[in-house]
Parts: sequence; structure tokens; C-alpha cells
Amino acid sequence: MSYLSVLGLGAGAGQDVGRSCILVSIAGKNVMLDCGMHMGYNDDRRFPDFSYITQNGRLTDFLDCVIISHFHLDHCGALPYFSEMVGYDGPIYMTHPTKAICPILLEDYRKITVDKKGETNFFTSQMIKDCMKKVVAVHLHQTVQVDEELEIKAYYAGHVLGAAMFQIKVGCESVVYTGDYNMTPDRHLGAAWVDKCRPDLLITESTYATTIRDSKRCRERDFLKKVHETVERGGKVLIPVFALGRAQELCILLETFWERMNLKAPIYFSTGLTEKANHYYKLFITWTNQKIRKTFVQRNMFEFKHIKAFDRAFADNPGPMVVFATPGMLHAGQSLQIFRKWAGNEKNMVIMPGYCVQGTVGHKILSGQRKLEMEGRQILEVKMQVEYMSFSAHADAKGIMQLIRQAEPRNVLLVHGEAKKMEFLKQKIEQEFHVNCYMPANGETTTIFTNPSIPVDISLGLLKRETAIGLVPDVKKPKLMHGTLLMKDNSFRLVSPEQALKELGLTEHQLRFTCRVHIQDPRKEHETVLRVYNHLKGVLKDYSVQHLPDGSITVESILIQATAHSEDQGTKVLLVSWTYQDEELGSYLTALLKKGLPQSST
Amino acid sequence: QQQHEDLSTKKLRLTKPSKSAALHVDLCKATSPADALQYLLQFARKPVEVESVEGVVRILLEHYYKENDASVRLKIASLLGLLSKTAGFSPDCIVDDAINTLQNEKSHQVLAQLLDTLLVIGTKLTENPSVRMRLVEVACKHLTDSSHGVRNKCLQLIGCLGTVEKGVAKEAENQAAKDVQKIIGDHFNDQDPRVRTAAIKAMLQLHERGLKLQQAIYSQACKLLADDYEQVRSAAVQLIWVLSQLYPESIVPIPSSNEEIRLVDDAFGKICHMVSDGSWVVRVQAAKLLGSMQQVSSHFLEQTLDKKLMSDLRRKRTAHERAKELYSSGEFSSGRKWGDDAPKEEIDTGAVNLIESGACGAFVHGLEDEMYEVRIAAVEALCMLAQTSPSFAEKCLDFLVDMFNDEIEEVRLQSIHTMRKISHNITLREDQLDTVLAVLEDSSRDIREALHELLCCTNVSTKEGIHLALVELLKNLTKYPTDRESIWKCLKFLGSRHPTLVLPLVPELLSTHPFFDTPEPDMDDPAYIAVLVLIFNAAKSCPTMPALFSDHTFRHYAYLRDSLSHLVPPLRLPGRKLVSSPVSPSITPHEDPSQQFLHQSLERVYNLQHLDPQGVQELLEFTIRDLQRLGELQSELAGMADFTATYLRCQLLLVKALQEKLWHVAAPLYLKQNALASTAAKQILEETYKMEFMYSGVESSQVVIIHHMRLQAKALQLIVTARTTRGVEPLFGMCEKFLQEVDSFQRCFISELPHMQGSFVDKLLDLMPRLVTSKPSEVVKILQTTLRQSTFLHLPLPEQLHRATASIIEPTGESDNPLRFTSGLVVALDVDATLEHVQDPQGTVKVQVLYPDGQAQIIHPKPADFRNPGPGRHRLITQVYLSHTAWTEPCQIEVRLLLAYNSNRSKAAAKVPKSSWSESLEALPQSDNGIEGTIPFSKPVKVYIMPKPARR
Repeated sequence: MSYLSVLGLGAGAGQDVGRSCILVSIAGKNVMLDCGMHMGYNDDRRFPDFSYITQNGRLTDFLDCVIISHFHLDHCGALPYFSEMVGYDGPIYMTHPTKAICPILLEDYRKITVDKKGETNFFTSQMIKDCMKKVVAVHLHQTVQVDEELEIKAYYAGHVLGAAMFQIKVGCESVVYTGDYNMTPDRHLGAAWVDKCRPDLLITESTYATTIRDSKRCRERDFLKKVHETVERGGKVLIPVFALGRAQELCILLETFWERMNLKAPIYFSTGLTEKANHYYKLFITWTNQKIRKTFVQRNMFEFKHIKAFDRAFADNPGPMVVFATPGMLHAGQSLQIFRKWAGNEKNMVIMPGYCVQGTVGHKILSGQRKLEMEGRQILEVKMQVEYMSFSAHADAKGIMQLIRQAEPRNVLLVHGEAKKMEFLKQKIEQEFHVNCYMPANGETTTIFTNPSIPVDISLGLLKRETAIGLVPDVKKPKLMHGTLLMKDNSFRLVSPEQALKELGLTEHQLRFTCRVHIQDPRKEHETVLRVYNHLKGVLKDYSVQHLPDGSITVESILIQATAHSEDQGTKVLLVSWTYQDEELGSYLTALLKKGLPQSST
Repeated sequence: QQQHEDLSTKKLRLTKPSKSAALHVDLCKATSPADALQYLLQFARKPVEVESVEGVVRILLEHYYKENDASVRLKIASLLGLLSKTAGFSPDCIVDDAINTLQNEKSHQVLAQLLDTLLVIGTKLTENPSVRMRLVEVACKHLTDSSHGVRNKCLQLIGCLGTVEKGVAKEAENQAAKDVQKIIGDHFNDQDPRVRTAAIKAMLQLHERGLKLQQAIYSQACKLLADDYEQVRSAAVQLIWVLSQLYPESIVPIPSSNEEIRLVDDAFGKICHMVSDGSWVVRVQAAKLLGSMQQVSSHFLEQTLDKKLMSDLRRKRTAHERAKELYSSGEFSSGRKWGDDAPKEEIDTGAVNLIESGACGAFVHGLEDEMYEVRIAAVEALCMLAQTSPSFAEKCLDFLVDMFNDEIEEVRLQSIHTMRKISHNITLREDQLDTVLAVLEDSSRDIREALHELLCCTNVSTKEGIHLALVELLKNLTKYPTDRESIWKCLKFLGSRHPTLVLPLVPELLSTHPFFDTPEPDMDDPAYIAVLVLIFNAAKSCPTMPALFSDHTFRHYAYLRDSLSHLVPPLRLPGRKLVSSPVSPSITPHEDPSQQFLHQSLERVYNLQHLDPQGVQELLEFTIRDLQRLGELQSELAGMADFTATYLRCQLLLVKALQEKLWHVAAPLYLKQNALASTAAKQILEETYKMEFMYSGVESSQVVIIHHMRLQAKALQLIVTARTTRGVEPLFGMCEKFLQEVDSFQRCFISELPHMQGSFVDKLLDLMPRLVTSKPSEVVKILQTTLRQSTFLHLPLPEQLHRATASIIEPTGESDNPLRFTSGLVVALDVDATLEHVQDPQGTVKVQVLYPDGQAQIIHPKPADFRNPGPGRHRLITQVYLSHTAWTEPCQIEVRLLLAYNSNRSKAAAKVPKSSWSESLEALPQSDNGIEGTIPFSKPVKVYIMPKPARR
């Protein structure tokens, strides 16, 4: 019986959507999965509490490696803090696209926090650079040997460019960590896929634990129809987005639609971060979906034909246009500026492609407010149409179940979701798959007992000998075999007894059982022997029963001798003797003889 | 060869010294296994005659036993298999030897190859049960082999040859070995996935050979669905499908409950489950098979489209349901609000089944799959199921409509075609129509045309729907003017299908006003024509409609009826004489006056036996003119009219040629004047080829007439040559060839000869014995008189006859900008053409490019360049590569389409069976009438090009 333990660090990892940081101990190895930060806090609470891991002592000594699943800040935001400020020098693993895009996002975030908000005690640009130097990039399905025993392997996860699920394996115990993933393909990414790796534990996100989503086609169609209608009317469409992920999805969607329908209205994309990121999307074509991968020889889909960089002055241009602008919740920046310009015209439209936090302009207009109070006591009347379209790239309940079915884990652990929702999913998983399901709270350690199989070397001679006895080996059934288990120098070997004796320098001891059986028979000894011989010959047809010239009988290797009783000549004593190996036959024989000889018919 | 015979005294070598002896010598010479392998490889490249196969096999076997090297033995084993395939060779005699070789073989690879050879032998000897039984026994014996390759082959062998004839078995001990299904079934649990796959495939093979699989296999097969290997799962899905078709009505229990369901339903559920398998190969397989499970109960079927949505544990309606509701509540397209899709009712958590074992949502998953192969397979399956179940068709509509927005064009196209196929079962709702119509703006012509086809046969429920369709089609027309014809055709059907829905729209469409006169619309405007086509076709079955027309509408009707007669139907207009529409609307095609006219004029021509030559010529000329005009007016009859006109023209040419003065004067004097006769002969030949190959629907009764005409033309040619050449030598050959042709004509059309009383060939065949023995000059004389005396044959007309036509859409030939390129390099020219009534366009249609220097180039388009948008129509989209040396000035080249023909392919010769060995084709005697040629069948298009000299 062995165990592995999982410890959720910080608010997000357990039963909350916020940040991810999980510590897994598996067969003596400690692996940290993701290192996210909480965007909601501005103080120490935004980073996970790493002192929790080792009360004192260096992190590098304790942790064997760190794995980052994808570049979203709630999964990698605390990385520079962790490696440079707390101090960790071990390897950090992530996929190539993640390694490329992650520093851009970190730098952007650092700028906002330090330069704009003027916070101190935050990591610096140099720290980000130093941190990225410790990163080892991995390919999909590449098995990376972290040390002699620990190996990791990445699987495609959809969600965002470069998102991966990781299998962590020590010996024959393994854990699969999904990070965020998406089981339905979209316009630029494929669906998550994992092989039937049968891990001991599957740690899966459960953001949409209680949702089964509608077909994505309806959503797409609605979105396109709305944009198309507005543009045909001559209106302007504003789509506030976050720089990465969904933005590219919507761009591809609109780009292909423009291409198909031969539309001419311009589409703009606010410059900066997004432009830089698009560059990487162009490079990592292998990480996208089938359509983009197949057609990139003719044209890279991310080299947009209809989408151009936005300039501040374009907002006042007459005629229809579509603009993607950051940030996504309309709380500041370019998207808000454009919104204020266009809000007054009922021909225009704003489409919110994602969730908006309470208090932002986005949330206000979505909840139906038509008059907004802006800074400086201005009242902005919103006449433009407001639409909401959800384009989320997380797996829904069905998707989660589908992944579990694909991987066939022995245990499931739910993270990254709300407790109430997870409860429902947990119940479903247990009911459908009959596996244990856990949903630990923050800071709670879950221990899972595993039944690891222990590989043993077997000598070829023994294997051949044993298989020769039985029929053809059948993988599905366990097979019984005789041998000696040698535990020597930390290795297990199964060898034949002779070899074991030889290797250990022992001499073989013989164990013999002898038994006396009294038989009432007044005849001479040799006659009794003859009767016994005939009797045994009659009963044991398949065995070789021999009558030796010295008056004894052998059945295989069992010896039977008869002597007259010293006191009572009418009683004959049969001496039965057998070795330990023939125990079965020997005891059968004695039982048979004890019953007495049959009355001879003659 | 003498030498070889000396080498050995083997009998067989004497019988066929060439091949086998050479091989033997080579093998003896070989010093190393590598050498021997080389010889064998060389040997394998050449075919072996049937007679020498056995000898070769013996030599190979002999060498086989001597050989130590496994790779050489492997090659020998494979050669044995190859040789046994030789057509005409019966491998009876080598069965024993082949089985014997298995005995001492140690190498697993060679063993597998030998079993493969046995499989070949077995498949050639399927008629022989004892051989089959022996082979199966051999295979069973080797099933315990430790190599997967050997086990694979054994299972394959059993699958191909095994039988289940139990009662007939002679010996009791054979009884056990007989039940091949059990033997194969035992290997479903083999440790090697490849063997498991082979076992399932063998089972499927048994099924294909007509053995009824036992139902007991079903449960075994179900277990295989959870196999770790995709090829096993994929094969298992097939097996389950086969069983579900064999025992659809059997009852199987549902595990973990007491209920029981029909086997086909259970299998359907299981296959549906595989639509969300981890491997896309399995997913494609599963999705495809779903389509053919038509016995499945309807509630199972409908579950495949059901995916219960929920949000935060509350039931949510799908967008489809919402759309439907909005539609029925009458406030369509209100636009979605934030929270509009907010979930309503609470869900009982216990009742929600996230991964059903049933069919739930299989198609929803399939249609959303990552791989377009799976999506296409799912669409196809939907199509097949919807064709049999109207209620399912109604339900799957929403999903199909959604597929119109797929990212891959193939998928979009496929779903549009699917929709067209099930259109008789469905009526489109307005919101669905809206989505469908949005696709009209697609920039791909294929998609738009497919959509027009779809609209032709769709049912629309409301007048708003019709209006919407019209508006969108007109938008389409302005955006892509080249779609004109297709859109008009589409509106024609739309109008005739929904007369009552069009009626209330008429005033608005024609913009008439009760009080004011509105300006007369422009008659040349394609959009206006489109509207009129819709209205006139609706008016055909709606007599009240013409009352709403204004004056100019009637005028326009008359104009359109004449100019676009295929789009505008005859109408009964009040107070007007109908131009060409008969009083009774229900006329059969045979009573159609134009048809009657056609037949009458032909009758007239056929009766002209006894007129004077001048009169014959005139009548023929008039009739030809009439027919041509008829063809232009009546598009349905165009093929027929053209065909007959061509035939009459041939006849006319023949008559003219025979009336030449040439025939009355001594030969040598009229060398120059033969021009007309010989060109006539050539022209007739050309025309006959056109008649034979350019029309679809030509039957053998026409082919014989065509060939007869050709024979006459050849006779004419012979006579003309005889008259104009000096000396008899060339005539010998020609005469002989002609007589051969007559002979082959007789052979090919022996059944038709009785109908040809008094014709040229009839008379010729009477005279045949005389012709064969006489001199060329006499032959010519006889021919001349026969030709003059022969009667004119009636050309029976088939039901349907269409002329192959082609029109090049692109290049348009209007560009003044030359296509510039550097000489010596190539430039690609996009060619886009529509072909109608061409059979097998992939094989026959070529593109010809004519350069100004007379150089001609023929390009064979790739088979993939042809699309088939509808029955009888094809579309060629290809690229033609042009190149030339430098010119000083831009110049025009001509591009046209050719129809290639090969008289070997003609209907008469099509019956010659093809031999299986490609080599033996060479040996086939070249057919004596194997003439190949091309017929230009499109108008040439001029393209301006300019090859510039290369700059250095």
C-alpha cells in the first residue's frame, strides 16, 4: 500500500475560481502544479503562501519540479515571485507557446501594478527574465525525465494556445493534471485529448461543473448575424476583449466570415499586447486546430487580411466598422474611450463576449442600465445596442465526464470550481464511473492510497518452464507459478529454487514425511505387498506404480514398505514415505491406505 | 536453350524451357543468399505464362528446401502466392506441396508468408471443399503460434475459407474443428491487439461470405468496444453493426437492471457512444454506421439530437428551442438580451445523466467534432436517417442548418446537399430560412449553386419567407451577377411550388399601385426578370393572379415567354390568344405539338425514296433548317432535333456526293473535281463520331444506324480513291480493310440486321461471297452501284436524348490586359466551365490550348477538378499551364474544351471483358475499329497573353 497526497495552496486551487497552485507528493517526489496569482487582491494575499510548503528550509531542496499548464495569470502569475523572491532554482516546465507568451503577460501585468498603481514589493523585469531562464520547454507527448524516477508528459488541452495537461509519473504511480481545458473544438484550437493512461489520480478543473453548454454553432451564428446586420445598417460594432485567447478566436471567426461573405467593412484590432501575441499565434500553428493547420500552407489564418491595427483617430471615421479593444470589462483604457464615443448612436452595437465583474461599466450596461455616470459628473446616455455572447473555453460537465472516460483514472480530484457545484459533479462521477472523487478545500491535504504493482524480474528459464506446463498464456487471467523471490540489492527477482540456492550458497534440505498405516492382514508380508500393489495399480491408473524387487512399492517417488507388526503378526505395518514436494499425492495415498484394502474377491 | 536442357533431365523443363530453366540456372549460380534474392526479385518483375507456372513452382519449392536464409525463403513464399494468382492457372497441383512447406518452417515471418500463399491458393479454389477444409485445419493448427503475424494470417485464412456446415461433417473428430466462429471468437481475447483486430475482421469476412453469424458473438463484441487499441474498437463497431442488422429484433438485457431492449436499439446506443471515442478513426467509423441503422426505434433516434442543457443545475433551453418559441409566439428576431437565456426550472440532480449509456446527443457531439471527417460522416448519417424518418428529418433540421456555418467548405456543401435530399420531408421555419439564406452571400460558387438547388425544392411556410428568399436572392444577384441563370431557375421552382404564398406579394413585387401608374421597369434588368420568373411560375397554377398584372407586365410576359422559354411557362391570360400553349394543360410529352412537328418532319423525309434527286436535296435542306430552329426554341427537344438534323445532314452530303458528275466520266479526267466527294466522306465520318459520342441516351438501335452511315462514308471514300488514284496496289489494302469492317459490323450488330432491309449493308452482305473473291476494281464497281441503290434508313428516336455541351465561364475572353509572364516559365490560367450531359467527364473532357503559331496543346484535367452539382451537370474548375517562347507583342491564344472518344469504348465494344493481369492487355489484339479522336464541344475563348523575354 502506497499513497500520494495533494495539497491545494492558496485560494484558487481548492474550491474557488481565482488562482491555481497545487502541491502533489507522489512516491516521495514533490511537484508543484501551476503557480498562479489572485487578480482580486492587491496585497500579500494575491500570491500563494509558499511558507506553507516548507516551514523553514529551501524550496529547491523540497520541490523536484514546477509545472505550468498555460499562460493565464491565475496559473502562472506568481512564478517570478516564487522563483526569484522566495527562491527556487529547480526546473520549471511549460510548453513552448506558454514559454513564449507568459513573459509578455507578466511584464504587462507588472507595468500596470508597479508603474501605474505605484506599488512596491513586486517583482521586476529582470526577475521575470531570470525566472524564464529556469524554464524548460516541452513538446506535446514528449516524455521528459525530470530525474531518474520522475517523468512528465504533456497532452493537448485546447483552452488557449499552448495550454497543456500534464501526466506526472513515478514508477507505476501517476497523476494527470488538466489545468484548464476545453473538450469542444473552436475556431482556432482543437479539443483536449488524453490517451487511456489510467492514472492513479486525475486532477481536473471544474469551472463549469453544473453546466451543459449549447452547441457552439448557435452562439457563433448569433454573433456573426448580429455583427453582420449592424455593419450592413452602417453601424459600428465595439467588441471589448482581453488581449489573449478569446480575442483571437473572435478575430478568426470574423476574418473567415468576412472572407466567405466578401464583406468590405474594416475590422480593427487595438495594438500593443495583442499584436505581439498574434505574432506568436502565427508561429505556433501546430498548436491550433485542424482547419488552420491544414490551410496554413496557402495562408496562415492569423495573417489577417481584413483585420488591421487600430489607430485612435479611426474611431471618428464615418461608415461601418468593427473594433476589438482592450480591456474586456469596459472599465478603463481604449475600449472605454471608444464606447463613450459611440454610445450615443442607436445604430451602433457593443458585444460583450465574456463575464464582467460587478462595478465595471460592462456589468452595468449588461444589467440594463441606460444612463451611466462617468467621472466628472457627466451622464452618458447609452443608445447603442448591448449584446452578450458567451465564448468560454472551459470544458462543461459533459466535457469533464468525457475526459474522465478517456483517461480512466482510479481517483478523481476536483479543483478550480465552486464547492456547491463541485458537489454535484462529484456525485455524478462516483455514480457513473465508480471511482473515488475528492474535492479538498484550500490548504487541505488529500491523501490517496494506491495499490502500486511491483515489477519483478523473472529468469527466462523459469518462465519457459512454467509456461510449458500450462496452456497458452492469457493476459487477462492471473497465473500461478512456483519460484523463489529473491530480494537483493534493492531489486526483486523471481528465480527457480535451485538457482536461488546456488546464488545464496545454501545447500538443499530434504523434507520427508513418513507415516505408518496398520492393516489387518493375516497373510505373509510379500502377499500383503502384492495386494497393496494390485490395489494401488487399480486406483491410480495415471501414475506409475512399481513393485520393486526388494519388496517395496513406489508410486512416482513415494515409497511404501510393509513389515509385520512385532507383536501381532496379523497386523501389517505399511510405512509410507514422501518428500515435501509430493505432499499432495502422499497424503492422498495414506488416506487411501487407511481405508483398508478391499476384500479380495478371490 | 539446348544448353539448359543438358543441365538437368527434369521433364517440366522440356515442356517450358524459357522461364523456369532460366530461373533454375540463376538460382544454381547464386553463391550467396543475397544473390539468390536478387535473382528472385528480377524474376518477379516479369509475368510468367500460364503453362510454365507449375514448372516454376516446382523449381522454387526445390530451392526452398535447400535454402537456409529466411529472407530468400520469404521471397520464395511470396512468389508462390503471386504465381498462384496467374490467370488461368489452377493451383490444385501445388496445394500439398505448399502445405508441406509449413511443416518444418521455423521463421515466423516465412510462416506468415506461406499462410498468405495458402490464402491465395484457397481463394482460387473456393469450389473445392476438401482443399478448403484442409487449409482451415492447417490454419487452426498454427493458431497457437507465438508470433502475431502467423496468428493474423491464420485467422484471415479461416475467415476467408471457413464454413459452418456442421451436419455434413463426415468424421466426429472434425466436428470440433468445424465451428470456425467459435475458433475465431476465442481469439477476441488474444493478447495482441493486431490479432484481436484480425479475429474481428475474419468474423466480418465470414459475414461477407454469407455465413450467418451467431448472436452469441454480440456480447463478446460489446466488450471489445472498450479495448485499448483503436483498430480493435473500429473493427468491433463494424461487427456490432453487422450483428444489429442480422438480429434487429432479438431482445437483450440491459445490465444492472431488469429491463430488456431490442438488440438493434442496444447496438445503436453503443455505436452512438463511440461517436465520442478518443480516436477519430473510430469516431468516423461509428458516425458513418449510424446512418444505416434504420430499424432503430424512433425515440432512440430522437435522443441522438438531444443534449439537455443546464446552467447551475437549472434546466436551460437550447437556442433552437428558444428560436422555435420566439417564432411561435410571434416576436421573432427580438435580439437577445443579457440573461435572456437565463435558466428557469430547477433540475433534479439525480435525474441528470451526464454520460448516458444511451444514444443521447450522439449527433450533437458528432457535428461539433474537431475533425471535419467526423463531421462529414455525421452529416451523411443524419441524411440517411432523415430520409427514412420524416419526424427525425424535422428534428434534425436545426442542426443541419447550423452546419451551414461550418468552417470547412466541404462540410458546408455536404450539409446543403443533405438538406436538399431530405427536403421533401421538411418545411423550413422562417428563422431557419433566414440562416439558410445568409449563406447565399458565400463567396464560393459551389456553395451558392448548391444552395440554389436546395431552394428549388424547399417548402417555405409563410409569405414572408418567400419574400425573404426573393430579397436575398436578388442581393445575391447584385453581388455575383454570374449566378443569374441559377437564380432564375431557383425562382422558377420557388414560384411554382408556392403559388398561394406568392399571390399576396404580387402588387408589392411588381410595385403596382391602385391609383397611380408606376414607371415601366427596365426589361433588361436581371433582377426584374428574376421577379417576373417567380410571378409567372406562380401564376401558372393560380388563375387569379394575372388580374393583378399591369399592361406592361403582359408585354413583358410575351417577350420572356419567347426569349426565356425554359423559365417562363405558358399562361392562360384573359383576352389573349395563347401563343403556343394548348388549351388542355395536361398534355403528355408525346402529344406536345413541337414533338409532333419533329416526328412529322422526319416522316416526310423518310418517305422521299422516289423523288427526283433535286427534290430530295431541297427537302432535306428545309427539314434540317426546321429542325435547327426547333432546337433553338424548345430546349427540351434540342438534343433530339440536333441529333436528327446531323443525321439528315449526313444523308444530304451522301446524296450530293453521289450526284457528282465525276461518276459519269472516265476516271483520270476528273482529278480535280473529286474535292467535293472526298470532303463529303470525311465530313460524314466526323459527324458520325459526333453522333455516337456527343449525345447521352443513345441506344444501340441508333448506334447501328450511325455505324451504318459511317460504313457508307467509308465506301464512298474507297470509291473516290479508286477513281482518282492510278494503279491498284493501294486499293488492295483498302478493299481488304473495308471488307473487314463490313465483317465486324455484321458481328457487332447481328441482332439489328433484320431491321435493315434494303439498306446498303443488307445488299452488301448478300454480295459478300462475290466481293471476297473479286478484284479491287470489281469491288469498287459493286460498291458504287450498291451505294446508289440503297435506301435511306429510318432513324428511330430514343425517349431522351441530350447533347453534351460545355460553356467556359472563365476566362471570359473580354480582358484587354494581356497575361504577362517570362518566356520559358509557366503561367497558370484558371479555367472554369460547366458541362452538361457529359458521361464520365473525368475520362473524356480535355482542355485544348491553341497558340497563334498553330501549336496546339491538350491538357487532361485531374479527376478532382470535376464537381457534380446536379444530375447530368458537371463543373470543371482547373488550372491550365501555359508557356511559350518570347513574343514581341501580346497575342491571343484560344482555349476550348474537347470531348475525347475512343471507339473501343463505344457501346458495341464495351462487352469485351478485361483481363486481370495488366501485362496480358498488351497481348490483346488491337481492336480493328480502335479509332481515337476528339470533338470540340465548346466555343473557343480567346485569352490575351504576352510572354516576355527573360531579362538577364
